[in-house]
Amino acid sequence: MAVSESAIPVRDEVVPEQPSREPATLVASNVSAWFGDRKVLESVGLEMPARTVTALIGPSGCGKSTFIRILNRMHELVPGASLAGSVTLNGIDIYGDELPPTETRLRIGMVFQKPNPFPAMTIAENVLAGLKLSGIKVRDRDALVEECLTKAGLWNEVKDRLKASGGSLSGGQQQRLVIARALAVRPQVLLMDEPCSALDPTSTRRIEETISELQEEVTIVIVTHNMQQAARVSQQCAFFLAAENEPGRIVEAGPTEQIFEAPRDSRTADYVHGRFG
Amino acid sequence: MTVVELDPSGPSWSASSDVPRPITVRRGFGDRVFRGLAVAAGATTFVVMGLIGLFLAVESWEALQVAGAGFFTDSAWLPTDDPPVFGIAALLYWTVVIAVIALVLAVPVAIGTALFINEYSPRWLRGSLTGLVDLLAAVPSLVYGMWGFYFLQPRLIGLSSWMADHLAFVPVFEVRTDKFASSAFVAGVVVSLMVVPIVTSVVREVFSQAPQGEKEAALALGGSRWGMIRTVVVPFGRGGIVGGSMLGLGRALGETIAVALIISPVFEISPRILEQGANSIAAHIALRFGEASGVALSALVAAGLALFVVTLVVNSLSTIIVARSRSGQGIEL
Ligand SMILES: Nc1ncnc2c1ncn2[C@@H]1O[C@H](COP(=O)(O)OP(=O)(O)O)[C@@H](O)[C@H]1O
Ligand SMILES: [Mg+2]
Repeated sequence: MAVSESAIPVRDEVVPEQPSREPATLVASNVSAWFGDRKVLESVGLEMPARTVTALIGPSGCGKSTFIRILNRMHELVPGASLAGSVTLNGIDIYGDELPPTETRLRIGMVFQKPNPFPAMTIAENVLAGLKLSGIKVRDRDALVEECLTKAGLWNEVKDRLKASGGSLSGGQQQRLVIARALAVRPQVLLMDEPCSALDPTSTRRIEETISELQEEVTIVIVTHNMQQAARVSQQCAFFLAAENEPGRIVEAGPTEQIFEAPRDSRTADYVHGRFG
Repeated sequence: MTVVELDPSGPSWSASSDVPRPITVRRGFGDRVFRGLAVAAGATTFVVMGLIGLFLAVESWEALQVAGAGFFTDSAWLPTDDPPVFGIAALLYWTVVIAVIALVLAVPVAIGTALFINEYSPRWLRGSLTGLVDLLAAVPSLVYGMWGFYFLQPRLIGLSSWMADHLAFVPVFEVRTDKFASSAFVAGVVVSLMVVPIVTSVVREVFSQAPQGEKEAALALGGSRWGMIRTVVVPFGRGGIVGGSMLGLGRALGETIAVALIISPVFEISPRILEQGANSIAAHIALRFGEASGVALSALVAAGLALFVVTLVVNSLSTIIVARSRSGQGIEL
């Protein structure tokens, strides 16, 4: 198997001077999920290729967040939650014993709907927080902070106040700070669950640009309620739907153009044209 | 098209009335009655508090006149001598020493317990553990005192003598006798048992308010549970830790019967916490109250006043600290 070739540098080697980890392909097969006895996802399969932005769309409550949280083992932190199926990162089963959950989450980063910087830390400390949490040493902290903030499109706005509290930024800036923080650990995949739904249009634009710029170095999976956003940023799209009292399923997945212009399923057409949801 | 010029102060208000207007509220009868009752209940607390302070001040006046400034600097307690000599210096000193020992032991245990209950224990156990901690707070201090005296003290002596043998280069662990019972250390350990539940319950409450979003963020960055606790939960709960500790300090300073059962009273100030002999204001009052009269009684009341003031200050500070911290918003002590 191709596992050994794609082996990721061990932690101590992860220093900013080195090229970042290669973006990886994430494959979910046959994923089902439950909260207690309630099944909320059924047999979801999706390949999220490297160097591609995959958008997950669908009405509220159809299991998009549940699915994306399964991709980096956040789902199991909810009491009573369980799942079936498998998720592989470049062929390695992330639910197997090859990767500890902390290592999985280090490789597959996540940005949440609500910006969640650490308010007790400065802006610079926030960027470095993931490294500190994992005990990764950095040779040149300042360079890494600048690099990540630049990638997240925040550098120019905060370069003069890196020592200010992370909580002192606006919502849109906080979300970009959180993206910078996620990038600092050099993830192979970045999951984003409605990263712009709490933001103003300008910040949203800025983050969309960031996503496009990051695409070459990290695989991106983004949940969005905004059809235009999905069309603008993604190359691949998966439409989730849950019928009443039934678990969510993927109705249709494929290249974004096809989903928006020539969907095969009439429900997809209705959804992307705003006829429900 | 006509342009309508709008008067900036609005149609019905002339410029001269640009002052805050009184707002009248018409309250219903039931609302007024309830409001009255609530105000009365709230005021009662303050009145009782004031009355206690006033009573202590009046009753201690005689002794304070006799002792003067010596009341704060003298260590001896001989109010029936001629001339009477008494002061709270040694009593206050030992009170603080015992309380500090208790806190040094109790706070780490309380933080660990709170973290275990909130973050590590299985969900089904959480409720019972919380209840158990609250139950520990309800055990009468006499019971702790007796258990401490009969059970714990004989078992602590070995530890005391080990510390005296190996740590004596630190002055507090030095000993000049071979008697290890009835020491400030033993009293401090017993008081710490009483303080743990109080501190735990404040700290646990504060920790449980740590924002879920930040906790998930720490885990999603590849943090371990302990890393998440260090990065999010503990910084968030810092105010609660300080406030809870001070609340525990208030309790430890005022602890009476358990300390009275354990210590053998001394009236000199020494740094040696492991050897026999300690004291505390509250225990001292309890031990001497029955036989006191006249100036001696007044002197005990004055000691009580000092304790009242100290605990009041400590408790007020703890409330302020908790309320000011981010985690303290919405938490009642
Ligand atoms: N923590 C939870 N406990 C129980 N049910 C949940 C929980 N989170 C989500 N659900 C349920 O799972 C289903 C899918 O939710 P979610 O994945 O959040 O949908 P989406 O992100 O597509 O809006 C919903 O019906 C929701 O009610
Ligand atoms: Mg969601």
